[in-house]
Amino acid sequence: MGRKVHPLLGISAGLVFLFLIAPLVLVLGAAFNDATYLAFPPQSLSLRWFERVLSLQNFMDAFLVSLTVAISATALALLVGIPTSYAIVKHRGSFPSWFSSVFFLPLLVPEIVFGFSLLKTVIVALELPVMTALIAGHTILVLPYAVRVLGASLSNFDFSAEEAAVSLGMHPLKTVLAVVLPNIKAGILAAFILAFITSLNDVSVSLFLTGPGVSTLQVEVLTYVEQYFDPSVAAVSVLLMAITLVVMVVLERSFGLANVVK
Amino acid sequence: MKMTPSEPLVLDRVSASYGNTEILKDLSLDVRPGELVSLLGSSGCGKTTTLRLVAGFLTPTRGSIRIGERDVSRVPVHKRNIGIVFQNYALLPHLTVRDNVAFGLKQRGVGKTERDRQAMEMLETVGLTGLADRLPSALSGGQKQRVALARALVIRPPLLMFDEPLSNLDAKLRVDMRVHIRLLQKANERTAIYVTHDQEEAFAISDRVAIMDAGRIVQLDTPEVLYRRPVNEFVARFVGFENILPMQVIERRGKFVTAALAGGATLDLNQAEFGIIPDHFLLACRPEGLRLAAPGNAGVPVTLGMRTYLGRAYQYQCDSDAGPLIAHGAVDEAHPGVGTQAVLSVAPQQCAILPAAKS
Repeated sequence: MGRKVHPLLGISAGLVFLFLIAPLVLVLGAAFNDATYLAFPPQSLSLRWFERVLSLQNFMDAFLVSLTVAISATALALLVGIPTSYAIVKHRGSFPSWFSSVFFLPLLVPEIVFGFSLLKTVIVALELPVMTALIAGHTILVLPYAVRVLGASLSNFDFSAEEAAVSLGMHPLKTVLAVVLPNIKAGILAAFILAFITSLNDVSVSLFLTGPGVSTLQVEVLTYVEQYFDPSVAAVSVLLMAITLVVMVVLERSFGLANVVK
Repeated sequence: MKMTPSEPLVLDRVSASYGNTEILKDLSLDVRPGELVSLLGSSGCGKTTTLRLVAGFLTPTRGSIRIGERDVSRVPVHKRNIGIVFQNYALLPHLTVRDNVAFGLKQRGVGKTERDRQAMEMLETVGLTGLADRLPSALSGGQKQRVALARALVIRPPLLMFDEPLSNLDAKLRVDMRVHIRLLQKANERTAIYVTHDQEEAFAISDRVAIMDAGRIVQLDTPEVLYRRPVNEFVARFVGFENILPMQVIERRGKFVTAALAGGATLDLNQAEFGIIPDHFLLACRPEGLRLAAPGNAGVPVTLGMRTYLGRAYQYQCDSDAGPLIAHGAVDEAHPGVGTQAVLSVAPQQCAILPAAKS
């Protein structure tokens, strides 16, 4: 790879990397700081803020809520998204051209507006429990991502393989499971990651849907920083980063992330 | 290997539509047991629609399709028991070559050991024994097509269907593969339908060829008959009769007929060779059937145009009173020059008689 890179290109690429990584370094530094306020660089190192976070029942409860909501919403979005994108991609000609855009509408509506209308309809009018409302809201929130990624994956799938399987004697419904799904595994995984992270990081929608005693981690962090200014939030962020990193590494090991991101 | 008998395929006045557009109209076709019939035509002629109807991916609006004694018109695809070789191979990307070939056997409830044995045996027949554990993505186009062929054959279907199976391969491989397909189809005594737009390929591989146009079969015959005796102008042009001349009989003497071309040139034809010649007809003539001769000889007077070199002959673009003509000349002759007056002598054995176009 002896290709010459223009110095300006090298510099700008370096700046972009710095721009992306610097905040993470700051957070990392702040989390391990012994001081009682958010500061960088750290004066002396300590794990006390991690201890504090892990002992805060509010955070732990909220984390469990976030995890439950993210997993349920992602699973539901995949359950709806897989058949949807299958139909859209396979029968492209049979739908009007605007049809697939319908699934991207949630992206167009500002999340604050979306959260507020969910509050008015789902919580106030239907009186759904907070957990159900959260899962419903997040499912709608992440569905566009799932449909988009799955659609891209299915576009690369040659549906004549499905026809071949049927001609060899497999029931058409079974081919969806036995032929289509194994071949869009990477897409499903990518959709899962994207939807899961989107749900886990959401604030705006959750803000309206959380209620007494039930809160997501992001909302809990927001409430916390309104009152305290200690490095606990930095510690939470580091823990979340660590979890994400572990998930990525596990996926990389088991499926090969190169396939996922493709 | 156990032999299931080969079965005839009968399409009886089958029609099919996409939406409001009728693609096939009252199409009938009989394929004898063990016979290979090609459906030949340009895109949009209905050949692929016919294949998809027989396969079951489409349902006929009228008419019936029978394989042997069985009416399959309403039988779903996965119960039809037809081996299909697709244009783009359609291998299952997540399965190894062996599992691809064994796939149909698995659906039929054949045990793992037995289906692996049969798959390996079939892979040996198509010459791919060493590649059994590869994924399709690691194969070349020709190898993929062999796997597809093995996969279709191993289920011993009463009917094999080929949907332009060679159109994604390069020219040399196409010729090898079509011989291979023909040998296997014969050795296994399978009835087969072969869809292609390539006339040479269809003629090389088939017992009979159905030439299709606008959702109908225009002519169904052996390649030899199609090549020498097309029934109309469409088929004639398809099999290489590039010159079509309207003619009129001016004199009959026993089996000999003298006919005149627009512009006055006359030609003697033998009815023993062509059958009864009607008063008005079209003379279809291959370029090889029109030879360059000096003015004054018998034949069609023309003005010579451009000459192109084909290797085995020269080809001349000519202008006659009856319209443009294409003639061949020997490779050793000198070009008389663009714009020269000449005569094209007609070799009747390179010609066919067609009914006059309805006016």
